[in-house]
Amino acid sequence: MVFELPKLDYDYKALEPYIDAQTMEIHHTKHHGAYTAKLNDAIKGTELEGKSLEDIFKNISEHPAGVRNNGGGYYNHNLFWKILSPRSGEEPTGDLLNAINKSFGSFENFKNEFSTAAASVFGSGWAWLVKSNGELKATSTPNQDNPLMDVASVKGIPLMGLDVWEHAYYLKYQNRRPDYIAAFWNIVAWDEVAKRYLK
Amino acid sequence: MNFELPKLPYALDALSPYLGEKTLEFHYGKHHNAYVNNLTGLVRGTKFENAKLEQIIKEAEGGIYNNGAQVWNHTFYFFGFSPDGKREPLGEMADAINKSFGSFDQFKEKFSKAAATLFGSGWVWLVKKDNSSLEIIQESNAGNPLRSGLKPILTCDVWEHAYYLDYQNRRPDYINAFWNILDWDVISSRF
Repeated sequence: MVFELPKLDYDYKALEPYIDAQTMEIHHTKHHGAYTAKLNDAIKGTELEGKSLEDIFKNISEHPAGVRNNGGGYYNHNLFWKILSPRSGEEPTGDLLNAINKSFGSFENFKNEFSTAAASVFGSGWAWLVKSNGELKATSTPNQDNPLMDVASVKGIPLMGLDVWEHAYYLKYQNRRPDYIAAFWNIVAWDEVAKRYLK
Repeated sequence: MNFELPKLPYALDALSPYLGEKTLEFHYGKHHNAYVNNLTGLVRGTKFENAKLEQIIKEAEGGIYNNGAQVWNHTFYFFGFSPDGKREPLGEMADAINKSFGSFDQFKEKFSKAAATLFGSGWVWLVKKDNSSLEIIQESNAGNPLRSGLKPILTCDVWEHAYYLDYQNRRPDYINAFWNILDWDVISSRF
């Protein structure tokens, strides 16, 4: 199986003013594009060819760094583009909201916990909302690791991820990562997060 | 003790076009400055309150280590530049580079490759070992070679904030530019 760079469901400028078009274009075509190409190179001709990334992640500690870094980079960005949406200002509803309330006390508490996880990543990495043994957790991983990997400190199914590599926000927000995190809440595709929760 | 942001020996626009004024404004004025302020806040009431940065780098963990090392790393990085310095190593420094790497060009190639391939945020270092030979090492995030007893000679910051405004995803272009602003008088004196 050859991994392909997915098309986005919206234009590069669709997430403005929260994420600018230039950032989106470079992030998608260059960064995600490079992970895609390097992932294909890393697995070509190996026993991993044809396996799903979810399967590979389960034993990622046994595979070369190129598979971990580029496989994570490819998968994480796929998820990231999906859970963003130009329909701003929505909030979770239904079963997902109930689960959030149950695990975090309230949507506000969840936002605070997730935002803190995102702000506290030192260096490059991701913040995650994870479904783990029927519970929801806010967590983070370094670099391009994710909660499906055996190396993650909190494992589970990622429902939502926020990229806090500086390339995700530097052109617009520079050193102000907290402003980027605050902006993120305006463009979450809650229907997509709910779909992943119900799966 | 309050840690202080050292004054740079050149203007913020002095390294342009290799590193733009805006990059320096943020990198020095915001990032470096924030590490200084964070560290000052974090050490208050701890055993590192009156410590030197070198002690913090060798002994501290977590936030104190991260911020302490980042203060040291950025000062070391910025002070290795000048708008009009010697662009090639001198004297014993040149000899040591030739001895360890074959030639200055071979050293540049090897160091550039280490900088280009470091995954995520971090620093690439040229270090001097106990036997005076030189080595290139990669460190993630705030990593500093003093912690493992090595003597830093030169460093390149490959956190994306070091180059994103000027070069975006093109880290190799930043690394090429880096060689044009190094001050080998300063770097050779560290050796």
